[in-house]
Amino acid sequence: MTQPHRMPAGGSIDRARTLAFEYDGVRYEGHAGDTLASALLANGVHLVGRSFKYHRPRGIVGAGIDEPNALVQLARGARTEPNVRATTQELYDGLVAASQNCWPSVRFDVGAINNAMSRFIPSGFYYKTFMWPSSPRWWLRYERVIRRAAGTGRAAGEPDPDRYEHQYAHCDVLVIGAGPAGLAAARAAAHAGARVVLCDENPIVGGSLVGVATTIDGATAADWIAAVGRDLAAHPDVTVLPRTTAFGYYDGNLVGLVERVADHLAAPPAHTPRQRLWKVRASAVVLAAGAHERAIAYANNDLPGTLLAGAARTYVDRYGVRTGSSAVVFTNNDSAYATALALHGAGATIETIIDVRPESALTGALPRAAGAAGLPIVAGAAIAGAHGGRRVSGVDVVPLAGGPVRRVDCDLVCVSGGWNPAVHLFSQARGKLRYDEALATFVPEDSPLPIFPAGGVNGRFDLAAALADGHAAGLAAAARAGCGSGAPLAPPEAAPVAAGALLPVWGIPRRHKSDKRFVDLQEDVTAEDVALAAREGYTSVEHLKRYTTLGMGPDQGKTSNVVGLALLAEATGRSLPEVGTTTFRPPYTPVTLGAFPGEAAGAHVEPTRYTAMHDWHVEHGARFVNAGLWKRPHSYPRPGESPDDAANREAKNVRANVGVVDVSTLGKLELQGADVAEFLNRVYINRWDTLAVGRCRYGVMLRDDGMVMDDGTTSRLAPSHYLMTTTTVNAAKVMQHLERLLQIDWPDLDVHVTSVTEQWAAAALSGPNARRVLAKLVDIDVSNDALPFLALGQCELRGAARSVPARVFRMSYSGELAYEIHVPADRGRAMWEAVLAAGAELGIMPYGTEAMSTLRIEKGHVVIGPEADGRTTADDLGMGKLVNAAKWCVGKPLLSREALTAPERWQLVGLTAQDGAASVARIPRAAKLVADPERAPPNPMLGHVTSWCWSPHLDAWIALALLAGGRERHGETLWAVSPLANAKVRVKVGPPCFIDPDGERLRA
Amino acid sequence: MLLIPCPWCGPRAQIEFTYGGDATLRRPAPDAPEAVWVDYVYMRDNPAGPHDELWLHSAGCRRWVRVRRDTRTHDILAGTPAGGATAGAAT
Repeated sequence: MTQPHRMPAGGSIDRARTLAFEYDGVRYEGHAGDTLASALLANGVHLVGRSFKYHRPRGIVGAGIDEPNALVQLARGARTEPNVRATTQELYDGLVAASQNCWPSVRFDVGAINNAMSRFIPSGFYYKTFMWPSSPRWWLRYERVIRRAAGTGRAAGEPDPDRYEHQYAHCDVLVIGAGPAGLAAARAAAHAGARVVLCDENPIVGGSLVGVATTIDGATAADWIAAVGRDLAAHPDVTVLPRTTAFGYYDGNLVGLVERVADHLAAPPAHTPRQRLWKVRASAVVLAAGAHERAIAYANNDLPGTLLAGAARTYVDRYGVRTGSSAVVFTNNDSAYATALALHGAGATIETIIDVRPESALTGALPRAAGAAGLPIVAGAAIAGAHGGRRVSGVDVVPLAGGPVRRVDCDLVCVSGGWNPAVHLFSQARGKLRYDEALATFVPEDSPLPIFPAGGVNGRFDLAAALADGHAAGLAAAARAGCGSGAPLAPPEAAPVAAGALLPVWGIPRRHKSDKRFVDLQEDVTAEDVALAAREGYTSVEHLKRYTTLGMGPDQGKTSNVVGLALLAEATGRSLPEVGTTTFRPPYTPVTLGAFPGEAAGAHVEPTRYTAMHDWHVEHGARFVNAGLWKRPHSYPRPGESPDDAANREAKNVRANVGVVDVSTLGKLELQGADVAEFLNRVYINRWDTLAVGRCRYGVMLRDDGMVMDDGTTSRLAPSHYLMTTTTVNAAKVMQHLERLLQIDWPDLDVHVTSVTEQWAAAALSGPNARRVLAKLVDIDVSNDALPFLALGQCELRGAARSVPARVFRMSYSGELAYEIHVPADRGRAMWEAVLAAGAELGIMPYGTEAMSTLRIEKGHVVIGPEADGRTTADDLGMGKLVNAAKWCVGKPLLSREALTAPERWQLVGLTAQDGAASVARIPRAAKLVADPERAPPNPMLGHVTSWCWSPHLDAWIALALLAGGRERHGETLWAVSPLANAKVRVKVGPPCFIDPDGERLRA
Repeated sequence: MLLIPCPWCGPRAQIEFTYGGDATLRRPAPDAPEAVWVDYVYMRDNPAGPHDELWLHSAGCRRWVRVRRDTRTHDILAGTPAGGATAGAAT
């Protein structure tokens, strides 16, 4: 027998399409249009999980996103997903799901021992128990056990195979929720000429109207929904997004929506993302998200077969599912009578309707209709407790005025304790809430932002009122967005239903000490837990929440929070508005993490930058490193050669012969204007008004606090045209710094800055034979007289198939005779290959960043980052003499502060490892400098190693370091130690420059 | 995410901008006393309410923009060119 609880007709499911699925290893069938929950209920399955703390059997309670119990593991390989709400997961053919938090099975669960032990797991259990012993080591042990015990679902453990997208959208009016109020609002706004986005979490619009037999504007609900749908579709500026949840309200009226594009399928179709994150900027927002029903706390109110009354009605109306055969309805308001009538109409027996209100209060239209239908009503009574094991089997009905308890057998209990408007996004939009005595809940008051609550969110639960409210909100939102030129439109009309007042009742007193009256089913928080927290002094709502974990589960307490607050109010003798609510924060419902990065995952986390010569490097076996976003060759290992050996070979070849390195990644800024020299004088420590056309100069720039910010060379190409280079990683920062000075501080200076980093490819040709290579390469005189150190030439490359204009700068980073050759980026590879061809007969080798680094450490050149780490002055780095005394520059005013001139400042020195062979005397990574490595801690740190390498030239491990009073310590022996690597080596302190201190090589 | 009115490009999303701090600071004269420079470099007010601050439209027109933001609410009250430029104010 399949789907014994499915009604023969009714609902929005497609009975012609049968879908097979598997739950906990059992095969079932459902229909298209079902959720996993409705299909399970159609098959009579209520028990779907075990509770979080006590492992009590739990069944489906709700019919939407507020579901606290039916969190399941959706098993589909790498797509497996934990904590999926069965009540929102659409059924697809072949769906496989399993219950969570139970072992070995949901019917027999070992963890249920916790239920018997519950006396020993009070609220605040973790705080009380795991405080001792206080060593954090013990907590680590506890935590492992606690985490396993508290486990809900399991993550996939494999990479996510799906794609996620981001979509930006702008509209006049965003309508959240497509129930009666939302549809009325969208229709009104669209007719007022607004660009509208309408989103709803369900696969179809209509909300609470779906499947309901009622009349709007003289049409059936289904026809009215269809008519509004056609009306909206006829407006080209209306976008309707089903399966889309508005989860957060952010600054600047940005609302985050997540669209579940393919979660209703086994796998996303080709070229389709699984989910799409919408960032919608709306001029005005209509919040028509409806309301969530709340329960009443009585003993064993968590037995499977206990549903929220509205959910039981939804299963009848929307899915054609009768959730039980013999039902008890327990309520404090009129809305549950609609459930009783719906179940009655679906063929279920209504054993009794138990209403806490007195007979005299049952004057509303629905109680009258129930009475007229002959349904038995017991007024002024309550459920004192429920019976059953894995399914409810009966309830004890107790008259509130006192009297004998009567047992009523049933297999379904439908509970309504009233409704809580879904004010979450309103509250996130800085909206104030007001306590509504009649509804006994919090409703929107006002917000400084253009958000317009409508319908159930405003506490307008009657259809006629919700339609009118939605219509008005849609018009108000459109007007706020500056629209409103359309013809007047009549609001949709329905017959009002007279409702009696709600009687706030939150919990029914327990009869036995072992009774459990659940407030928060997801977190297993009982009314007794709330009372205990209050007794122990946790009387603030925020404390109550953290102490008991009330409302801290994935459902964020949608069905439970207000009940918990009311019980706290009762326990502390305060009113509910005095107690207040906890803060509503995004997300409204859990959002898949993959949706947040969207496409920015894997290789797309950030852009990758390649130089014009990149393909050549790849073709020639380069090993790459990242430098900022750039890929740079580390070295070019030959077959059988390690990268380090390759770098040593490359560095040696530069010192002895000639090499070439790709330096295209250096930041390149062109500066033009009449005042560039003055500007450079102000941003660099050294002087620039003396720089002649055709010459280059090294410069250091400081931050305003006097610390070194960046360094590089600047060349004067023409009287008012300069080229500045920056370090690779600081290019954007320097650009920003210069623009700020020019735009804000010195707008009177005639200087224009443009980044040309990507327009020019660059290579540095370096080594004693560099000139011989260059002479073959360019069409200008490159002799020492014609092109001396720090001169530049503008030329053409010889013998190129097409013109390659080039700039040649004679400057040196390696300490050897060297030239930088810049060409337009699209000629980069041609230039690179021409250099290698010209140098082939001399044995030229390309070299990578590793050899480049070795060469500069040997030469004692600092790098921004390791040496200039934001705490070093130019003087610390041995460049104090560059600071021109005759002129001002950025950072100079604060350089004379006492601490920046103290003799014990950490200063740049060179270190040479002592004692033995290379393998032994290796300088460890990030070592610190101490006088005596054996001294008991704390061992005073005299400085630290900033850059280190094996020097093939010196045949020793060398390093640059910052050392307290370092310039006065040349010749001393210290220890470089790394407690992390458990390594130490004796080092001799000396000047930072290890080769050619007088610079004869680079001037040769 | 803030919506920042760039006087050159119109309202643009915050991710296009880089924050630049207090816009009311004035760079002291080069020969100002050290104490004045220390104030300029290190001392910042933390006002509750409308505050002028600098934002660089780094992924846009690369102009520095003076933005008036209410630090209590994140409401953006105005965006004008920083420094001496003369584009129309966008609000």
